[in-house]
Amino acid sequence: MSESGIGARVLRKEDFRFITGKGQYTDDVNRYGQAHAVFLRSPHAHAEIRSIKLDAARAMPGVVDIFTGDDLAADKIGGLICGWMIHSKDGSPMKAGAHPALAQGKVRYVGDHVAVVIAETQAQARDAIEKIVVDYKVLSPLVSMADAVKSGAPVIHDVAPDNTVYNWHLGDEAATQAAFAKAAHVTKLDIVNNRLVPNPMEPRAAVGDYDSGSGGFTLYTTSQNPHVARLVLSAFIGIAPEHKLRVIAPDVGGGFGSKIFIYAEETVCVWAAKKVGRPVKWVSDRTEAFLSDAHGRDHVTHAEMALDASGKILGLRVKTQANLGAYLSTFSSCVPTYLYAPLLSGQYDIPAIYVEVDGVYTNTAPVDAYRGAGRPEATFVIERMVEVAARELKQDPAEFRRKNFVRQFPHQTPVIMCYDAGDYDASMTKALEMADYANIGKRKAESAKKGLLRGIGFSAYIEACGIAPSAAVGSLGAGVGLWESAEVRVNPIGTVEILTGSHSHGQGHETTFAQLVSERLGIPIDNVAIIHGDTDKVQMGMGTYGSRSGAVGMSAISKALDKIEAKAKKVAGFVLEASPDDIEFKDGKFSVRGTDKEIDFGSVALQAYIAHKFNGQELEPGLKESAFWDPTNFTFPAGVHICELEIDPATGVTRIDRWTAVDDFGNVINPMIVEGQVHGGIAQGVGQALLEGAVYDASGQLVTASYMDYSMPRAGDLPSYDVGMTQTACPSNPLGIKGCGEAGAIAAPPAVMNAITDAIGHEGIAMPATPLAVWRAVQKAAPRAAAE
Amino acid sequence: MASVTLTVNGKSVTRDVDPRTLLVEFLREHIRLTGTHVGCDTTQCGCCTVHVNGEAMKSCTLLAVAVDGATITTIEGLAKGEDLHPMQAAFREHHGLQCGFCTPGMIMSAVDMVRRKGNDLDDKTIREELEGNICRCTGYHNIVKAIHYGAEAMGKAGTAAE
Repeated sequence: MSESGIGARVLRKEDFRFITGKGQYTDDVNRYGQAHAVFLRSPHAHAEIRSIKLDAARAMPGVVDIFTGDDLAADKIGGLICGWMIHSKDGSPMKAGAHPALAQGKVRYVGDHVAVVIAETQAQARDAIEKIVVDYKVLSPLVSMADAVKSGAPVIHDVAPDNTVYNWHLGDEAATQAAFAKAAHVTKLDIVNNRLVPNPMEPRAAVGDYDSGSGGFTLYTTSQNPHVARLVLSAFIGIAPEHKLRVIAPDVGGGFGSKIFIYAEETVCVWAAKKVGRPVKWVSDRTEAFLSDAHGRDHVTHAEMALDASGKILGLRVKTQANLGAYLSTFSSCVPTYLYAPLLSGQYDIPAIYVEVDGVYTNTAPVDAYRGAGRPEATFVIERMVEVAARELKQDPAEFRRKNFVRQFPHQTPVIMCYDAGDYDASMTKALEMADYANIGKRKAESAKKGLLRGIGFSAYIEACGIAPSAAVGSLGAGVGLWESAEVRVNPIGTVEILTGSHSHGQGHETTFAQLVSERLGIPIDNVAIIHGDTDKVQMGMGTYGSRSGAVGMSAISKALDKIEAKAKKVAGFVLEASPDDIEFKDGKFSVRGTDKEIDFGSVALQAYIAHKFNGQELEPGLKESAFWDPTNFTFPAGVHICELEIDPATGVTRIDRWTAVDDFGNVINPMIVEGQVHGGIAQGVGQALLEGAVYDASGQLVTASYMDYSMPRAGDLPSYDVGMTQTACPSNPLGIKGCGEAGAIAAPPAVMNAITDAIGHEGIAMPATPLAVWRAVQKAAPRAAAE
Repeated sequence: MASVTLTVNGKSVTRDVDPRTLLVEFLREHIRLTGTHVGCDTTQCGCCTVHVNGEAMKSCTLLAVAVDGATITTIEGLAKGEDLHPMQAAFREHHGLQCGFCTPGMIMSAVDMVRRKGNDLDDKTIREELEGNICRCTGYHNIVKAIHYGAEAMGKAGTAAE
């Protein structure tokens, strides 16, 4: 391993601009003559729009123009789409209600978009917004899923008279029934996976521009996937044909899924730029982000596990209600179905599984992928279930899990996924050792002496990422392919540019991707530039989410590098007067086997471009190759996290004392960056378990719509993390990478809740386990605790 | 309109602004220093942290007119030409940033933390003192390390907080 190659802890190349305040985020983009957009948002969760009066607003100082849904419709601008078709059990397609960028006759959640004011300054636009008069006919809001599916409930979308998007299922119902029929023990649990708001620190923003001379649009947007934005804006929304629409996602300050989707605001900004003949800029404030960024999670589940007398799992049945919010966001439909149910086997050999999922509309913000997207929900179900089952059967939670681990690979689960490689025992063994599990009894006793309750909780998670094999997801309803692209441009004096369809919004691709290139081509890492985020530069890509940039993005680069190497060998052959079959490439040098004739990579590059040593008909000049990599399977990172915490029963305050994480990510490019991903994921998972929760009141108002009310994890809420790794190489991509971006968020919540329920001695507590919730739960247990 | 004069990163600037202009807006929009960021609307997140007359303050919660005449240091004013401030260097060395959006505020808060708490900062102190700075990417583990070592490096370099 070289000091800048694969496996090295290379410091990040991109850091300089971020630590000096020279990053270029979308709000830092300013176009000459730009006007500012502010959106009028519905104050009602469910209402018909009778009329919108704009006269007083139009008269306000600085107003350039004001638009409503009618203006978009007149220009035949299409609505926002959901790109994954899900069919219900009866074969009928999901009920996708129309989602116009500005409301058409009806608003369906507080924050829904009613109109846009474009003015000289943002302050003037805000002042003018207040003068728009909307006559609403307020309808009963459906805030909870239970209310939404009651018979006779008001209808949110006419296409879904029962407010149900789909009734979906997966698995073998009969086999599962049979498994339960012969069970010696059945564990049952009701589980709520609390609604979260992703909250990347950079709020969303967009700058739309139109060049009337060339007829071309430019959109700067805080996107994790600018090409997908261009595709959707062009093909479905109809802003412009692709070749007339440039989308740029510059520096983006975090996404975690919430910046995958194509939203109303950037749609309106880019369209409006042509209407007003000026660039149009919009920046979200934090409250808007709470109201209208796609939310995450929000499942209600009843789960049952069938076991034999020794504690072997015979079957699992799960019934989940998934809140999809008021409209189907871009990927929403697949998150509680194909990204959820296929992971319910966990790390365990479970012969029979049956899952039913109902997707439900409510008058709340749309719900879509948020770090982990379906896999945290699945892991929470299975990891709480096995912990509770172990307790009911009076078995050690680690041993109970080992008894049920998958040991033979490949392992076909009953829920589509076929796990290719793994060693779950290895992670468990290492985690137990790192966590000093052997002495937990001692530590619990010491805490008890101080009047504190110490608990320990496990999470043996597995997830499916490296999203995804295109044909496979296509057969499951995806509207797009999930390959990735790379173009390798070797410049004449040997510096290299990689144009990648991946996008870095914190993941460090400018460093990790360069490490791969530096090692493969034997050139200094400073000679490698990674280019991403601009549809004018990178031809096409699918973006960054689903822990795919290493597994899929870097594999595309690897394939393109294979082609570069092959062509470079041909050029070297001409220069060294040998057959390319006799050329070896090692450490940046091409040499003729068995001789001391050699030429370095930079010189080969120059020869490729000056083309003096070969005939242009036998070999084309140049050294530039591209590749699209379509994965052959999902990847399956897995591991064990152990959370050990202390609860003060007098206050309910939980202090995490130690966090142990052992993850198998296959091959790792930069351990420093991978650890950082694990740290960040754990923090979000702990946030879900202890602090966070988006709450709507009965009238559909989001009462947690600022950092005053929604508790974001801060440094003082979190411990340091003890992160280790085991490794089984991933067989489904050339680099053996599984991916690591979401693992922490997937693993953490059940580890925390298993530890809390261990500490308090019963299962009656839900996320977020705030001090109040924990205190109440402790009171429930108090008589038993006092007796011990 | 109100006239505001500030000394920003050593240079005197005067602008006529709407009296409602926040200090962060003055910096970002009127003098094009976009390193200071806006991450929330309730003064919690700390992305907007700058130094006002030597003390860390949240520029989203100050009117420019209220600090008329003050000396301001932003993230852009920390490095001396090509030479990074030891706290900036420490953030890079210890991977204390991912997306970079909270980073200017973190660094400005960290430098002020050293001014108030000294060069030998332990884990507990750093975590408590970071209550006013939110990061969504890093989980704080490496930020805490960066600040610990940055504080130490500031001591060795004899770098004052300003």
